[in-house]
Amino acid sequence: MEEIYTVIPDDFERAGAASTSLKDLLKKLGLPPELIRRIAIGTYEGEMNCLIHGGGGQIRAEISPRDIRVSIEDHGPGIPDVKKAMQEGWSTASAKIRAMGFGAGMGLPNMKKVSDEMQIATQVGKGTRVTLVFHLPA
Amino acid sequence: MRETYLNSVRVNASRCTGCLICVKDCLVQAIRVRSGKAVILSDRCIDCGECIRCCPTRAMEGWADPLSELKKYKVNIALATPSFYAQFDGNVAASVIWEGLRELGFDTVFDVALAGDYISDEMERYIAHYKGPFPLISSACPAVLRLIQTKYPELVKQVLPVLAPAEAAAIYTRRETMKRLNLAPGQVGIWFISPCPAKGTNIHQSVDVAHTAVTGSFTIASIYGPLTQAIKHVQETRYEVPEAILGSSYSLSWGSWQGELESTGITDAIAAQGPEEVDELLEQISMAKLSDVRYACCYSCAGGCIGGPCVAINKYVAAKNLRVRVERRRSREGGSRESAMQRCRIIEDFPASWRYIKPLEPRPHPPLAGDFGTALEKMAEMKALDQEFPQLDCGACGAPTCKAFAEDVVRGFGKKEGCIFLRKGKEK
Repeated sequence: MEEIYTVIPDDFERAGAASTSLKDLLKKLGLPPELIRRIAIGTYEGEMNCLIHGGGGQIRAEISPRDIRVSIEDHGPGIPDVKKAMQEGWSTASAKIRAMGFGAGMGLPNMKKVSDEMQIATQVGKGTRVTLVFHLPA
Repeated sequence: MRETYLNSVRVNASRCTGCLICVKDCLVQAIRVRSGKAVILSDRCIDCGECIRCCPTRAMEGWADPLSELKKYKVNIALATPSFYAQFDGNVAASVIWEGLRELGFDTVFDVALAGDYISDEMERYIAHYKGPFPLISSACPAVLRLIQTKYPELVKQVLPVLAPAEAAAIYTRRETMKRLNLAPGQVGIWFISPCPAKGTNIHQSVDVAHTAVTGSFTIASIYGPLTQAIKHVQETRYEVPEAILGSSYSLSWGSWQGELESTGITDAIAAQGPEEVDELLEQISMAKLSDVRYACCYSCAGGCIGGPCVAINKYVAAKNLRVRVERRRSREGGSRESAMQRCRIIEDFPASWRYIKPLEPRPHPPLAGDFGTALEKMAEMKALDQEFPQLDCGACGAPTCKAFAEDVVRGFGKKEGCIFLRKGKEK
């Protein structure tokens, strides 16, 4: 099964809407609460990245009995140095964004921490796609 | 097998017009209209009592015992909570209110704030030694505990494990009364004077102890009338009343939503009030967004317990009454918070929470199906069904939204023909 959510750029009012919907859906499927929590946190971080840096985009959640794959895709500026972006505390967020309490440089590191696998496909000037994979308990 | 959960809100069918207001208002979507009358889905209901508040025909009632129940017991003890005192002018002495309760048939009264002085101490110690994950969440509001169990089961371990002060008070006063008067458990009635139905539910199905020491509950609203008369009578006829043994002003402040922070002295903490705001806060906690906060106290009612759906007077007036009472008591205490509370702890072997408390159990809504594969199929079915519906959330089917109705149908709680738009479409 596949779920698609749209992320609107700079819409802080509804920020987190996609991760909340996904969380509700996963609860109805009966996944363990801790796994749902990890998926929701990872998706939320991705959603915020997409909204702040990517200029909006799309979140696609593929749900199968084997795993849950959440891919967050935008057509924003891309990440020139993925290694740096993966460092805790490193951020390119503007002062305005930081003033709102975001941009702590924990987005990608947190996504890696909560997921079982993470892939980043990015091209400067074209956009970024981050895929998080969560394994289901056997 | 699925357990059936009790709840304390009852629908008075003769008053219910099936208007859907409660169905739309319910935070956890626990109400449906079936055959023109509201029906509460007990395993979803968290007993917050919002439906009691919003019902225009007063068809939603908080369940409570009638006062005649007192006759069944040899000795009856009333538990007087801060929210209860807040119903009366802060200048009316607690001892006079206690005499009023005696006139209604209670033999004695126990001040719940006194238990609060012990519980606050336990909380302070627990928070000081707690290593995370943060924030710890207050266990004071039973509606919030039920919301955590059902909607945020991943947070049960973050709830501070202490007894509600009223429960601790009941355990203590039951034990002492039985010992002192040589009575059997069935001869002692311990009664909670409650601002809300959630506290009532807790008596029949406690979330925090295996067996509650409380016998039953009366809502504040149900005894307010006769009690006001009784208090007047005491004031007019009595020159002297026996002194009341009371807790500190700090624990008394627990009746309002920020009182808990005042009584525990925790500063890097937050307080939330009202169902939507508490829900939002728990959502944020669940997403690990508030891990730099040490403690979060959440009250399902705006204003805290004084804003409960079963209180007698306006919550702002109650807040004023409570402030006056707190100030009066504090002016006599002098000294620091710690010393004032310490002086009130006159009971040597007051019940410690850890001896009685049971861990809060997660109670998530059941998934669409037991195994993941079938649940996935049902989810697909639900989505397809949802697309057939008009997305107007009109409520004519009796469910709060088209989505909720699609889920009801998939779960076998309704037939899709319940949607008038689908029916009309077919007729054409």
